[in-house]
Amino acid sequence: MTERRHELRRYPWQVRDSGQLLLVVAAGVWLVASVAQTAATGVTDPRVAIAFGALIAFGEVLRLNLPGDRESAPVGLAGALAYALLIQVGDHQALHSAAQVVTVATVGMIVGALPHLAVGRPARLSGMAARLLCVACVAYIFRPLAGNAAVVRDAGLAFSLMTSLAIAALLLEAVLTALLRVDEQRARFRVALVDEMRLQLPLGAAVGASALLIAFAAEVMGLAALAVFTAPLLVTQVALRRYAGIRATYLQTVRALAKVTEIGGYVEPGHSERVSRLAVAVGRELGIHEPQLLELEYAALMHDIGQLSLRDPITGGATIFVSPQDQQRIAALGADVIQQAQVLDSVAEIVRRQNEPYRDVDPATGGSIDHPDGERDGPPLSSRIIKAANAFDDMVGSSLDPGRSAAAVQQLRLGTAREYDPEAVEALSRVVNRRSVIQM
Amino acid sequence: MARLSWAARLYVAAVVAVAGVVIARGPFAFPWNSWRDIAILGLLLVVSESTATRLSPGNLSWSANTTATLAAAVLVGPVGAALVGACTAFSLRRGPSPAQRAFNTGMMALTAYIAGRVFVALHGHVGVLNVKSFPGIIGPFAVAALVHVVVNHALLGGVLWLARNQGPTRTSYAGVNARLLLTDVGYGAFGLLIAALWTVVGPFAPLLVLIPLFVARWAVAQFAEQQRAYEATVGALCQAVETKDFYTRGHSDRVSRGSVMIAREIGMRGDRVEAIRYAGMLHDVGKLGVPTKVLQKTGKLTEEEYAAIQLHPMRGLDIVREIGFLDEALAGIMHHHERIDGRGYPMGLAGDEIPEFARVLAVADAFDSMTSTRSYRGARPADEAIAELRKWSGTQFDPAFVDAFVAALKREGWQRPEPPVLAADELATVPAQDHDDPSAPLRVIDSL
Repeated sequence: MTERRHELRRYPWQVRDSGQLLLVVAAGVWLVASVAQTAATGVTDPRVAIAFGALIAFGEVLRLNLPGDRESAPVGLAGALAYALLIQVGDHQALHSAAQVVTVATVGMIVGALPHLAVGRPARLSGMAARLLCVACVAYIFRPLAGNAAVVRDAGLAFSLMTSLAIAALLLEAVLTALLRVDEQRARFRVALVDEMRLQLPLGAAVGASALLIAFAAEVMGLAALAVFTAPLLVTQVALRRYAGIRATYLQTVRALAKVTEIGGYVEPGHSERVSRLAVAVGRELGIHEPQLLELEYAALMHDIGQLSLRDPITGGATIFVSPQDQQRIAALGADVIQQAQVLDSVAEIVRRQNEPYRDVDPATGGSIDHPDGERDGPPLSSRIIKAANAFDDMVGSSLDPGRSAAAVQQLRLGTAREYDPEAVEALSRVVNRRSVIQM
Repeated sequence: MARLSWAARLYVAAVVAVAGVVIARGPFAFPWNSWRDIAILGLLLVVSESTATRLSPGNLSWSANTTATLAAAVLVGPVGAALVGACTAFSLRRGPSPAQRAFNTGMMALTAYIAGRVFVALHGHVGVLNVKSFPGIIGPFAVAALVHVVVNHALLGGVLWLARNQGPTRTSYAGVNARLLLTDVGYGAFGLLIAALWTVVGPFAPLLVLIPLFVARWAVAQFAEQQRAYEATVGALCQAVETKDFYTRGHSDRVSRGSVMIAREIGMRGDRVEAIRYAGMLHDVGKLGVPTKVLQKTGKLTEEEYAAIQLHPMRGLDIVREIGFLDEALAGIMHHHERIDGRGYPMGLAGDEIPEFARVLAVADAFDSMTSTRSYRGARPADEAIAELRKWSGTQFDPAFVDAFVAALKREGWQRPEPPVLAADELATVPAQDHDDPSAPLRVIDSL
């Protein structure tokens, strides 16, 4: 990639954005206070503490990366939550303090992160901080109650209390993660939160239920509950890891095969990749949800695949300079190819309509017709985004010259009278501006 | 299982009869509580059975019913477990035929009973647990769970073997079975959890346990669905790559199938078979980097043009390098035109230096080329192509893989491509040579 050369060297503490920093500092302060308190009062039930610490460390070793670059440590989080919600181990009551829960969770996480560090995968502090904050909240609310006679005696009360706390903790984690993503990727908060909830709901439910299961089962099984419950959650984790793996391979394959057009000399090198990156950034700017964002990415990567069906490559491959009829034909051919996969129908639709003008044109006058009631079935938003991003890249290419980018954006703005969606163009202009600020 | 052989029918009848006898012998002197527990666990089994995941190979279905039966074995003993297992009959799944349903019911009841007996024989405590009795049951439970899974798979394997009259070949089913066994044991652990939780939260235990159970199933289904989608997409994109040349349409797909046949025949591990399948599909992607006019040239090739063709495996590698495949697949794509005698391209490797994947791909590649129609000759019959493979065996191809391919061909047959039908305006773009065809090597102008 040509862009990589221009990336500024930044130190790790400079990369971390303000929100991440705040989160990490908050978790850090809480942690120091908890450790100090634990050190002062001493560890209650060291055997239980070690067992849970080991489980959390194990979970951290097995943490997995879910699609969309989401770090997750289901086993570790479930273990930590269970430790916070523990009432009784065997026949004696669990009386450890909230501070001790935070300390044990932290030590477990750090130990679990060591093998990752050893193979050169740095720990993501913000993710760990978010997990730790959830556990800390639950611990500080529930630990004082755990010694309460009413809670210990009434199983129904304990059950409802623990369930609602577990749900609240997972919601908090979703909110924190969404905030982090807003910070990192400039997504909108509402969109990020909905995406986060939708994607994390199943795994979150499993984590919450597993935490409750261990907390309850410890009363009967003692510490064996930890070993027994881990097996089922591991099944989920193995399946999810393989799922994430195939998702990643999928994207890599589409990316690789999109490059075929470049090697075949149909389009400029790097074109598909650049268009897809720009289109995804614009889509995010416009608040598109993640599943549709993935479709947009696939469509943007494969938007030129129809050129493979042409006999002779278009010189330079710049589709913007080809007659509208030919553009439509290429789009239709590409859509046919994608349609054959039978699983990417909406992607095919996006590709098929990527060249349609934004506004309906009156054939008699050449002016645009406005349909205020939206009765015209216009091209989907993703198609409009690709149209703008594709045109931008055809004009700018791999050049990083801000003047050239500005001129291209200006050109697109002029085109909003008919060809381009003004909203998509404005979003693109914001993305491009941001990029040039970073590069200067 | 539309038409069962006599042996299979007999087997099914025997399993059902034994299960019936076991349940009928009782004893049924359960207290009221136990009947309630049996009903709840039976419901759990029906729910998990009704939402079973379908597995791709052999149309087997798999559900987490192990959980319910093993919990029953602990809470109400062997006969109770058998009764819970018999609830399989009420499965809401539409798929199975009456014979299958009867067999599944008998199998589950019998399996549960045997597991329960093992649990009791090992002095496991039957009934609602308390703190004192718990640690003592882990050992017996683990053994019972293992027995449950093994008996289950043995009974199932038996009926599959009789019904399809084919042994579970070690290559295709071994990997799947090992994974299934492990997953089943994992779900068995849930049974212990339910039994243990019963003391604390009573009949709510299955409810709580159901959540992780369903999430696990959801995750597995997600994976399977994603994999199917992936394969369909790769297939479609490979076809796109081939659209330019009518004569080689479907070539990648057939090479992929041929390579898998060889791989299975020599007993390759499951994940490597997967990898070679993708390698076969993508092996000629680099051809796109070769100018069309070179690929379609009628006369002899110049040195430069020949060099361009020789480069196509490297170009292919450039394209697929960033895909997270097994490295072996990449090596296969890069070296699929090497020859055993070292006179191939792009590196001129010889003998064992050539990666195994590449040697497999080379055989399937050449065979498909020879049995497809080319502009300069019609499709050749399979026998002739095999003779040709044999002729070049040892110089161009690895003899072991040629033998494996011929053996697999004899057993499974080969689906020949349809002769291409060309639209009138496409006659101009017909390649006159095929770089894959060993019987008609590329003609290159001799350098002076």
